Amino acid sequence: MKSKTKKNIPVLYVKKLKVNFQTKTGKVTGVDDLSFSIFPGETVCLVGESGSGKSVSSLAIMRLVEFGGGKIDAGTIMFASNSNFQSNLIDSDQNKMREIRGNEIGMVFQEPMTALNPVFTIKRQLTEGLRVHKQMSKNEADIEALNLLKSVRIPEPERRLHQYPHELSGGMRQRIVIAMALACKPKILIADEPTTALDVTIQAEILTLLNRLKKETGTSILFITHDMAVVAQIADRVVVMYHGEKVEEGNVNEVFNNPKKDYTKKLISSVPKLGAMIGKKYPEPLKLDSKNKVKSIKIVGTTKPLLEVKNLVTRFPVTGGMFRKKIANLHAVEDVSFTINKGQTFSLVGESGCGKTTIARSVLRLEEAESGEVCMEGVDILKQNKKDLLRQRLNMQMVFQDPYGSLNPVMKLFDQVAEPLINYKIASGHNLNKKISELFDKVRLPRSFLNRYPHELSGGQRQRVAIARALALNPKLLILDEAVSALDVSVQASVINLLLDLQDELGLSYLFVSHDMAVVERVSHYVGVMYLGRMVEIGDRQTIFSNPTHPYTRALMKAVPIADPKKRFNRDDINFKPISSPIMDLGFVPEPSSYNIIKKGHYVLNNDIGYN
Amino acid sequence: MFDYTVRRLLIAVPTLVIISLVIFLVLSLAPNDPMAQVPLTVPPEVKEKMREALGLGQPLYVQFWKWLVQFFWIEPQVLIDHYFGTNFSEDKLRVISWQTRAPVMDTVVQRLPQTLWVVGMSYVVAIAISIPIGIYSAYKQYSIFDQAGTFITMVGYSIPPFFTGPLVIVIFAVYLEWFPSTYDTLHEVNNWESFIVQLKQMFLPVMVLAIQGTAQISRYMRSAILDNLNQDYVRTARAKGLSESIVILVHVLRNSMIPVITVIALNLPLIFGGAIITEQVFKVNGIGQQLILAIYANDLPTIQTLTFIFAFLIVFFNLVADVLYALLDPRIRYE
Repeated sequence: MKSKTKKNIPVLYVKKLKVNFQTKTGKVTGVDDLSFSIFPGETVCLVGESGSGKSVSSLAIMRLVEFGGGKIDAGTIMFASNSNFQSNLIDSDQNKMREIRGNEIGMVFQEPMTALNPVFTIKRQLTEGLRVHKQMSKNEADIEALNLLKSVRIPEPERRLHQYPHELSGGMRQRIVIAMALACKPKILIADEPTTALDVTIQAEILTLLNRLKKETGTSILFITHDMAVVAQIADRVVVMYHGEKVEEGNVNEVFNNPKKDYTKKLISSVPKLGAMIGKKYPEPLKLDSKNKVKSIKIVGTTKPLLEVKNLVTRFPVTGGMFRKKIANLHAVEDVSFTINKGQTFSLVGESGCGKTTIARSVLRLEEAESGEVCMEGVDILKQNKKDLLRQRLNMQMVFQDPYGSLNPVMKLFDQVAEPLINYKIASGHNLNKKISELFDKVRLPRSFLNRYPHELSGGQRQRVAIARALALNPKLLILDEAVSALDVSVQASVINLLLDLQDELGLSYLFVSHDMAVVERVSHYVGVMYLGRMVEIGDRQTIFSNPTHPYTRALMKAVPIADPKKRFNRDDINFKPISSPIMDLGFVPEPSSYNIIKKGHYVLNNDIGYN
Repeated sequence: MFDYTVRRLLIAVPTLVIISLVIFLVLSLAPNDPMAQVPLTVPPEVKEKMREALGLGQPLYVQFWKWLVQFFWIEPQVLIDHYFGTNFSEDKLRVISWQTRAPVMDTVVQRLPQTLWVVGMSYVVAIAISIPIGIYSAYKQYSIFDQAGTFITMVGYSIPPFFTGPLVIVIFAVYLEWFPSTYDTLHEVNNWESFIVQLKQMFLPVMVLAIQGTAQISRYMRSAILDNLNQDYVRTARAKGLSESIVILVHVLRNSMIPVITVIALNLPLIFGGAIITEQVFKVNGIGQQLILAIYANDLPTIQTLTFIFAFLIVFFNLVADVLYALLDPRIRYE
């Protein structure tokens, strides 16, 4: 695409960058001695876990880090706006930077939900940069905005221009943010975790979109992520970061096939890989590194049913009109049945909005189901009165996704874990102290944490506390609602191993709700795939993963990024349909789910749900 | 949105009726006698007759019903008659003040413009001063300007108008003699000099009322801007290369105004409450002063009517605040 000589001049060259933050307790180093360069038309991935300084480096390049209290203390950032002229961004003043930002370096952020201004239309936000940098008139900018929306492949681009951000889905918003970043045809696009908050299918689409745009425009991409699988899919070169410092740098194939540093090895090995469990009938823990020996266990469980869900239907009323009458129903869960065996794991997998969390909540009756049966050892939970329901909940406990939101910030950890025991009057005094200490041992937390507050803990440690709290009542069933999704990969791996250990020790059953196919493959005995409130495919894990039959299951499998740079997405495979609305008129009577039996225990939905 | 507004208006009707009942019952508990000011030489039988003539002999529920009818049915007719020259309200009994024996609403209509001028102007001044102060304090958080602003607003917030009123009179009217200490309602503005006189006489009461408003609104503005400055969309706007003035005054301000405007609307009726005392201090004969005089004179129909008008304003501006909120924020849609 470009001549050889031109390629040798990096479009961006970062040398010995050091960024510090001034805090109450003194200086904290965000990035230390970081050097790397990006050549024209190249994708460089900065990869590392949270706190590794990868976002800080990108903000430093944009000189936006100063707005967040950071200070660039040393280093150079050479930016070549053309082959003859290079300027050091660190010496540029903010006026000069404003000409570069959005014009020559575009940026895409992690959270599409909050990255757009909620009170302005898409058109207004898209045209702003064009009018500032390219001096376009209002009309010219409007036309260009429409072209941009078309280039990022948004359905119905004309209509989107007049909409507000909240009217669009996360995937569409991220496309808008990308369109905004690319508006002025920048030399470099910095993408800071652009797909982390998105579903796998949308992630696959955004990644192919970025790859395509890079080929079409010759833009260099600095891609920041924590996900090695995404790195394998998109990177030309990789820079691994840890605690603000560069650990390793190299060509993507080199880094994946022959990682030199232990940290890189650990990062690669802790990614749950799809297909890692082929030929293994039962879940087993991840082998993390050579230092910490993982017990090699196989979780067999039993075939005796513990929880049977039959024809579960949950709908939410949609109200409207002057007297807030019910005018429609949101069909969140529609005729779903499954069974969880004692000591085994049943996983519900699907994209956001497919109803998997609603099922989990309906089982505990945190959400009232419309009809159906939820039988726990023969007792129908849905028919219990308040008092009996309370007793039944002794057997079922839940762990939620967000370890920051699910713990009370003003209560000591001891009190939080003790609360269920006190509530059910199971233990008190010395006995209580002993029980809580044992629970902390079980989840591998030091007893010295008992008197701490949640903010003193990391995300993974908090999730362990949440698990300890759920285990306090000795439940038979744990409902894990995206319980490992918000954690860093290495932390995620250790929490998964903990869960598997606990299952082995205590004979627990899990209802595991997740959108992450690779994690599901690691932990499950049986898997149910959800789409638009229906269970589209259900079967044992090996069958589902080796012989996905429903078209949606297949699409979902294809969308999972593989941590191997040789197995990249085939662009023709990436053609997902937008999910249709689950809101139906009051008169709408959904047909019951009917299934084709592929083989014993492997069912595939027969109904037409708009995905064939 | 329309449905929502209509529903809220419908709910407001029973709310207001209950409020008026509570006001009525509380006032009827007050140990007072409208005949207390009548000379002792008037024989008790005559006093009793006078009481009955005022309707006091009737049971409470009849008295309340009469007031409801007079206020909600007859007074609007008077208004229609006034504007269209009709005579619906002829010979019908209106809410009569015990003190002046004239219809309460006539006095209210005479006095309302003075209140609106002083109170309304003070609120406009407060908003005009406080919003820029709030924005700048937030943008330069913990700067000297912000610290000084915080100190001054705390002082302004914590000192009540009945103290600042006499204080500014002593300083500006007595010692410096820059401004008059009282407000002359009869003053007419017809040329430049008289306009200056009007400005001068409004200055002190407006200032006293504006101090509190400024303190409050600038605090809200500051915290709303601070909340928004940390939002992701601000970073996006900067990453687009927009200038700081556009980032702050367009992107951040528009979002920050959403809570502040509702606070402004909600506080509007409260400032009438502050005006009651300020009007008394500066001798502005607005409706606040009318209320104070009525309380001194045990003039129950006037107290009842004015208190209810204040209650109505509070309910009404609550609704205005909610509707404004939805208009400003595209994410809010009441259905």
